[in-house]
Amino acid sequence: MHVPEDAVVSSADVALALASAASQNGVQIYDRTSILHVMVRKGQVTGVETDKGQIQCQYFVNCAGQWAYELGLSNEEPVSIPLHACEHFYLLTRPLETPLQSNAPTIVDADGRIYIRNWQGGILSGGFEKNPKPIFTEGKNQLEIQNLQEDWDHFEPLLSSLLRRMPELEALEIVKLVNCPETFTPDMRCIMGESPSVQGYFVLAGMNSAGLSFGGGAGKYLAEWMVHGYPSENIWELDLKRFGALQSSRTFLRHRVMEVMPLLYDLKVPRWDFQTGRQLRTSPLYDRLDAQGARWMEKHGFERPKYFVPPDKDLLALEQSKTFYKPDWFEIVESEVKCCKEAVCVIDMSSFTKFEITSTGDQALEVLQYLFSNDLDVPVGHIVHTGMLNQGGGYENDCSIARLSKRSFFMISPTDQQVHCWAWLKKYMPEDSNLILEDVTWKYTALNLIGPRAVDVLSELSYAPMTPDHFPSLFCKEMSVGYANGIRVMSMTHTGEPGFMLYIPIEYALHVYNEVMGVGQKYGIRNAGYYALRSLRIEKFFAFWGQDLNTLTTPLECGRESRVKLDKGMDFIGRDALLQQKQNGVYKRLTMFILDDHDTDLDLWPWWGEPIYRNGQYVGKTTSSAYGYTLERHVCLGFVHNFSEDTGEEQVVTADFINRGEYEIDIAGHRFQAKAKLYPVPSLFTHKRRKDDVELSDLQGK
Amino acid sequence: MCVCPGPRRIGIPVRSSSLPLFSDAMPAPTQLFFPLIRNCELSRIYGTACYCHHKHLCCSPPYIPQSHLRYTPHPAYATFYRPKDSWWQYTQGRRYASTPQKFYLTPPQVNSILKANEYSFKVPEFDGKNVSSVLGFDSNQLPANAPIEDRRSAATCLQTRGMLLGVFDGHAGCACSQAVSERLFYYIAVSLLPHETLLEIENAVESGRALLPILQWHKHPNDYFSKEASKLYFNSLRTYWQELIDLNTGESTDIDVKEALINAFKRLDNDISLEAQVGDPNSFLNYLVLRVAFSGATACVAHVDGVDLHVANTGDSRAMLGVQEEDGSWSAVTLSNDHNAQNEREVERLKLEHPKNEAKSVVKQDRLLGLLMPFRAFGDVKFKWSIDLQKRVIESGPDQLNDNEYTKFIPPNYYTPPYLTAEPEVTYHRLRPQDKFLVLATDGLWETMHRQDVVRIVGEHLTGMHHQQPIAVGGYKVTLGQMHGLLTERRAKMSSVFEDQNAATHLIRHAVGNNEFGAVDHERLSKMLSLPEELARMYRDDITIIVVQFNSHVVGACQNQE
Repeated sequence: MHVPEDAVVSSADVALALASAASQNGVQIYDRTSILHVMVRKGQVTGVETDKGQIQCQYFVNCAGQWAYELGLSNEEPVSIPLHACEHFYLLTRPLETPLQSNAPTIVDADGRIYIRNWQGGILSGGFEKNPKPIFTEGKNQLEIQNLQEDWDHFEPLLSSLLRRMPELEALEIVKLVNCPETFTPDMRCIMGESPSVQGYFVLAGMNSAGLSFGGGAGKYLAEWMVHGYPSENIWELDLKRFGALQSSRTFLRHRVMEVMPLLYDLKVPRWDFQTGRQLRTSPLYDRLDAQGARWMEKHGFERPKYFVPPDKDLLALEQSKTFYKPDWFEIVESEVKCCKEAVCVIDMSSFTKFEITSTGDQALEVLQYLFSNDLDVPVGHIVHTGMLNQGGGYENDCSIARLSKRSFFMISPTDQQVHCWAWLKKYMPEDSNLILEDVTWKYTALNLIGPRAVDVLSELSYAPMTPDHFPSLFCKEMSVGYANGIRVMSMTHTGEPGFMLYIPIEYALHVYNEVMGVGQKYGIRNAGYYALRSLRIEKFFAFWGQDLNTLTTPLECGRESRVKLDKGMDFIGRDALLQQKQNGVYKRLTMFILDDHDTDLDLWPWWGEPIYRNGQYVGKTTSSAYGYTLERHVCLGFVHNFSEDTGEEQVVTADFINRGEYEIDIAGHRFQAKAKLYPVPSLFTHKRRKDDVELSDLQGK
Repeated sequence: MCVCPGPRRIGIPVRSSSLPLFSDAMPAPTQLFFPLIRNCELSRIYGTACYCHHKHLCCSPPYIPQSHLRYTPHPAYATFYRPKDSWWQYTQGRRYASTPQKFYLTPPQVNSILKANEYSFKVPEFDGKNVSSVLGFDSNQLPANAPIEDRRSAATCLQTRGMLLGVFDGHAGCACSQAVSERLFYYIAVSLLPHETLLEIENAVESGRALLPILQWHKHPNDYFSKEASKLYFNSLRTYWQELIDLNTGESTDIDVKEALINAFKRLDNDISLEAQVGDPNSFLNYLVLRVAFSGATACVAHVDGVDLHVANTGDSRAMLGVQEEDGSWSAVTLSNDHNAQNEREVERLKLEHPKNEAKSVVKQDRLLGLLMPFRAFGDVKFKWSIDLQKRVIESGPDQLNDNEYTKFIPPNYYTPPYLTAEPEVTYHRLRPQDKFLVLATDGLWETMHRQDVVRIVGEHLTGMHHQQPIAVGGYKVTLGQMHGLLTERRAKMSSVFEDQNAATHLIRHAVGNNEFGAVDHERLSKMLSLPEELARMYRDDITIIVVQFNSHVVGACQNQE
């Protein structure tokens, strides 16, 4: 791919230019001054202690590159910035016989893992090798960065691929091999944003060797963030708060960056899981599930089952399983989904972030009513789906809150909200309140019993009546299951299917699991994983925060007016924005697409990010997708915009606009027809089991 | 190690004059040996030993002139045959048919024999954060006796720092070397433990709680531990630490490694002796402890803790340090003294320990009392107990023992026992960055190779594997093509040259296969390895080797800190 506008800039020159421009605008720059630590009072940055004295300031930006980790830790209240350096080698040569012109394009050969560009008429060539050499694990960057060694043997594979690609370079004379460490992050995305623990402490680091290319944009968003409190684009994927202290182990980082660095030039396939730094946070059932064939994925350090491989089935080896087409787990997930629909499955969902908010008076309710968009003043035992919105009405978090008692609430959020949601709540909770906020994530194991027979299983394990009259949907009861008492049972499954979530104090987890599996045998119970869950919820048009929803999407844009207390006359964060939006209409709308002429076996699959076309016009991108085993079609979720044909300006999107369009989803250049839906498809297709379907094997326990 | 003279010693032409003496001395020990060996259920070695001596006495003189050329093709033959290929092959074929021991092993077959017992251990390097001065070790052994009488052990001390490595050369069977190999390190580890830890362990045993693990073993699958005796061994060990606890006067003095090693050696030998005297109600165990006590073993043990290297040696195995000089060449530093007749100080010691009138009999024909080659050893109660005690134990012992002529035989001139001790000589060496490795090996290696060659071969092997000198362009005119050629060459060299990953295997390959020019001769190697079991012991002894590699960076850093 040739980009004519491609250009080469020198980082040193850019930095100098920026510095002199800043100086001209009155910025003072202190040379040769090192920071000892950042001064913090009451969780707010107040200044910087340097080796030459103190400097007062309101904001501090840690953009110290590979030193950012140590600088973050030097604080009294440490700021954890998970990044780690690897040695990075590039080669400099003398000019070619006819020196390269300055407009010579930069060449990236991903298969050869190298890049090549002009350097003073000669070439500069480096790469991201398969076997990186992590460095500075123990710190000491400052001491050792001066005398890093060239390592030709290590560079040999890259040199070979350079000469294979351009054999005539053989005659070029070497100037030197430069060893210049680069930093990498645990997920190959850079780190920016405000520290969750110290206000005014901003970070911009971990650019994964693309600092110069990303620097401009990243700087812009960070500036917006500092001035307005939030950036103008959704950059949750780069937010420092996606990490916690748990990603800060040096050993974890060292291992993970060794996997991340080669990935820069690898083909990135969908649903790829990192192989290093695993098995950090696990449910107490991990070993049990693993022994039953669980395959795992990791979120925020937590191991979650993807699916369960039956004993008689073999999956492809890791490398061979990389695909954009129908994956090898298709049939496995199909049988799990089927079991969820027809019988009952159990999914370990312990990774969810769980907070408890209690107060001595009514303050808990007051504060939460302001923080959350839906009405929480519900009878004890009710569960409310609600957003935690920002001033713009966008979702900072999407959660379920159970009212345990008049004065205490149990809040369930996505796994990766652990740091972000905590920081948000802390920020908006009045300082002088007697409110107690507790992170109880680690205290509970969560089992999701999905399926029509879930109620039968629970009925056998408890004397509490489980019928819909006594236990309607979206209810929470504390009850006993088996011998274990105090299990929080909630009639919800995060999928739209009937069933229950069980929040089990961890010491009872194994007992309850064993009881459920034992009793469940005769109802055909089996384990299931997140892939089945994902298929179920997408088919039911359940949007998930972090995938479909983000800080720039509002409840009105995804058909969730009913979950907002606009008409109750109560103030809450984001209310004004929503009121305005209600009046003006929305500019994008979450829509469900069902692919019509897509061949699951032969065509490339949609994963996410596929362009959506309405009447041939580009209107947006998909945010998530899955195969719906009931619909027997692929289902994509995505936002539809209405761009003016003349100006490209965004216009209001109405239901009518959505309904009166012909849609196509573009998967790798091939467009597939799609039906757009604003509401989930009623379960028309749900199988009615025929009598002659029953086999003898169905009588056997599994 | 064997009590009977190895073929090499008798094969050396210079010594041929001493043959008659040997012949005179032979009958007693040889005959006495057979029953014991048979009783060890090693009926095959019976044949070996018999054949071996038979040959010595009758057929060795004609072999002598050829002995060290025995397996190199005679130059005359070679030139004579080779010009005419077909005829040569024909002759070869004929020879195949007529003399069965002339078949050749293929290189893979040779490798599988050499590598059958190889073992490597790398000290787990926690992400470049390696706090150990030991990088790891390679070990291997090649049997000549069947079964092999050598043993090896390696373990990390878990309650104190440091690593223990040892080679044990058994004689008169493998019972003693086996027992020492599984027990000695526990005795050493216990001797090194501070008072509080000993108390903690004793309390745990007393109250039936889980014990602190003392050692982490690094064993080849073939290295076994006796299950039956573990209870007995444990009880003896426990008595030892109980005494250590009682002896402690409360002063928390630093434990001296040298003293700990000496105490552990002596104590274990004492326990071996006591267990045999007391016996065991279980007849199998009873017989086992007697076999252990009546056979013998030498031991050479290294304890490495940071820059402190202690070598405790009893007998004629050897510890050799490989030192790399500034110019890259290798030199050998001996860290142990052989305890045999070649060591004048040992001869002197023996003479001083016994009355003057025994001066001539105590060391005779380079052997202790004319019988035993090593002058220090575990077990061998025949050279330690009084005649009364020996008779008493044998009479009350099981029938197998009673029928055994060897055990009943009392060494000649046996007036003032003990003649033999297990007390080790301990050498201390403070590691320096130029000390790259330590070779521990039984005499099977040292009698075939000069120490200088041993160190050079290991040194070159290890540097070839790990420390290719890094390339630097440094101001020279080098093109990308030239550099690429150089790098590809280096990579090829790294991957193909060394078929032995294991330094000990590499050394055995040289020890067994070296020709007179010091190069491995495949033909010779193949012949040596295809010797029938009953012949093998004639041409070589059991060889056991441990090569410990040191981490120069850690050693250097330790040095700089102080």
